[in-house]
Amino acid sequence: MIKQVPNPLIEVHDLTVSYHTKPVLWNIDFSISKGQLVGIIGPNGAGKSTLLKSIMGLIEPQSGYVKIFDKNIDEIRDRVSYVPQRESVDWDFPASALDVVLMGRYSRKSWFKRYTKLDREIAFESLDKVNMKAFANRQISQLSGGQQQRVFLARALAQQTELYLMDEPFAGVDASTEESILQLLIKMTKEGKTILVVHHDLQTAFKYFDWMVMLNTSLIASCPSADAMTEEVIQNTYGGKLPLLSTISNLIKQKNLPIRE
Amino acid sequence: MNAFWIILTASLVSICCGILGCFLVLRKISMIGDAISHSVLPGIVIAFLISGSLSSVLVIIGASLMGLICTFLIEFFHRTVKIQSDAAIGMVFTFLFAVGVILITAYTGNIDLDVDCVLHGEIAYVPLDLAETGTFLDSFPTQPIILSILSLLILIFVFIGYKPLFLTSFDPEYAIAIGISTSLWHYLLMAAVSVTTVLSFESVGAILVVAFLIVPASTAYLLTDKLKLMILLSCVFGILSSILGYYLAAYLDGSIAGAISVMMGINFAIVFAYTKISSKKLQKIKSDPALNS
Ligand SMILES: Nc1ncnc2c1ncn2[C@@H]1O[C@H](COP(=O)(O)OP(=O)(O)O)[C@@H](O)[C@H]1O
Ligand SMILES: [Mg+2]
Repeated sequence: MIKQVPNPLIEVHDLTVSYHTKPVLWNIDFSISKGQLVGIIGPNGAGKSTLLKSIMGLIEPQSGYVKIFDKNIDEIRDRVSYVPQRESVDWDFPASALDVVLMGRYSRKSWFKRYTKLDREIAFESLDKVNMKAFANRQISQLSGGQQQRVFLARALAQQTELYLMDEPFAGVDASTEESILQLLIKMTKEGKTILVVHHDLQTAFKYFDWMVMLNTSLIASCPSADAMTEEVIQNTYGGKLPLLSTISNLIKQKNLPIRE
Repeated sequence: MNAFWIILTASLVSICCGILGCFLVLRKISMIGDAISHSVLPGIVIAFLISGSLSSVLVIIGASLMGLICTFLIEFFHRTVKIQSDAAIGMVFTFLFAVGVILITAYTGNIDLDVDCVLHGEIAYVPLDLAETGTFLDSFPTQPIILSILSLLILIFVFIGYKPLFLTSFDPEYAIAIGISTSLWHYLLMAAVSVTTVLSFESVGAILVVAFLIVPASTAYLLTDKLKLMILLSCVFGILSSILGYYLAAYLDGSIAGAISVMMGINFAIVFAYTKISSKKLQKIKSDPALNS
């Protein structure tokens, strides 16, 4: 179930990526149009993080290419925000939440200048959007996992770009915060921003996202959420071994489950 | 007056190293300081053989280049050949240092350059080596003048490059994602470490340079959660150790460089004990449910 879109914002073409000799992404080919909230779904080790890193140009692919706004990523880095997985850095680093969010205001043209008052205002606003304003001056080592995750999210928001790539932004975040962040993301897509979110909870995925990219080394599906919700797609993505499978088929049976319009 | 010049020299080295050391420690590459400080040896020897003098600009350039080559080789073995980075460091610097030792023993005979001097320096002789510039500076020793300029340059480097240095140290992947060249800043930092090592080896020797790079920064890291404060404290601990070390050496009539190293170790131990005691208090605060919302 792979639907290509006309005038794509992101075009991933025949992408193959491997670490050493082991292929992690195999011949991935899909396209995403503007203003979508896209879920990237797959089991652990499926290559979801690798896909985001390849789109960001952090990993050199074996073959294939990615185009964003019809350009190479290096030409448009100031138009894309990236939220890495929380585990990718050492949180014992001597920095406050605000210090980290301010990184989102870094600009290549004024790298040697101090951050301006406007930069600070935007950083505070971004922290506020993820309910973390009260923790602005807290040292990052003293934040909980979910709070650290939200600091990373705020840093990306502070970049104020058109395209956001987020690697598991909901990991370790409590349910009510997840809901408020989701509302924020929906609002942003309504304003025309495009957001790709790596997400591991299949049950909520169908509710959250407009479009799904289902992945397990190969691409299983790239289509509107409703079309991805078939037993075949889920089985191919998770391989028959998913204990959740029965729950999922239940979900599918009640096809009238609340999908956001 | 001698005491003043010796302490000033050690303090200036400790400022240069204390600032750069913070970034090495935070990037978890502090042993690269060790590698560089040993690898500059063949550079010093080769430049010495060509120019016939130890204090020429050629020696500084040659040796600094060798320090940079060392970091290039480490990156190459780690990234391209794909061996563990600590193994790559160990391989590269022992090899380069050995080349230096062979060059010294084979070619320089018993001219005033020996391995011992490179490793331990001659800080006690700093006040005797007066500048020869033909200006008012001639009544001052050379080393403190050179090291003052170096300290200033490093301060400027870190002040101007603070944002990218901070970013590439904390989250290199994100730094690349927003278009910062992480390798540029890595090699700028490595170049600064190389030049610092070369300019201070004559007075304090390779071993004390390594101690200055790592120990005060690690001590400061235990005490603070703010990078700027960490840099400041790192310099303070370096200077404190230089002063106390000098008087310890004078009292024991022993090696000054050795005594300064010992003082840095004692500083670290005291701070470590202090943080252990106060973290018990912190634990109590942290387990307060009101703070964990
Ligand atoms: N730096 C790396 N070196 C070698 N193998 C890696 C590296 N990063 C990820 N892998 C492997 O690639 C596969 C996909 O990883 P990843 O993209 O992180 O998956 P996901 O994010 O879907 O859990 C996994 O099998 C993982 O072990
Ligand atoms: Mg992942």
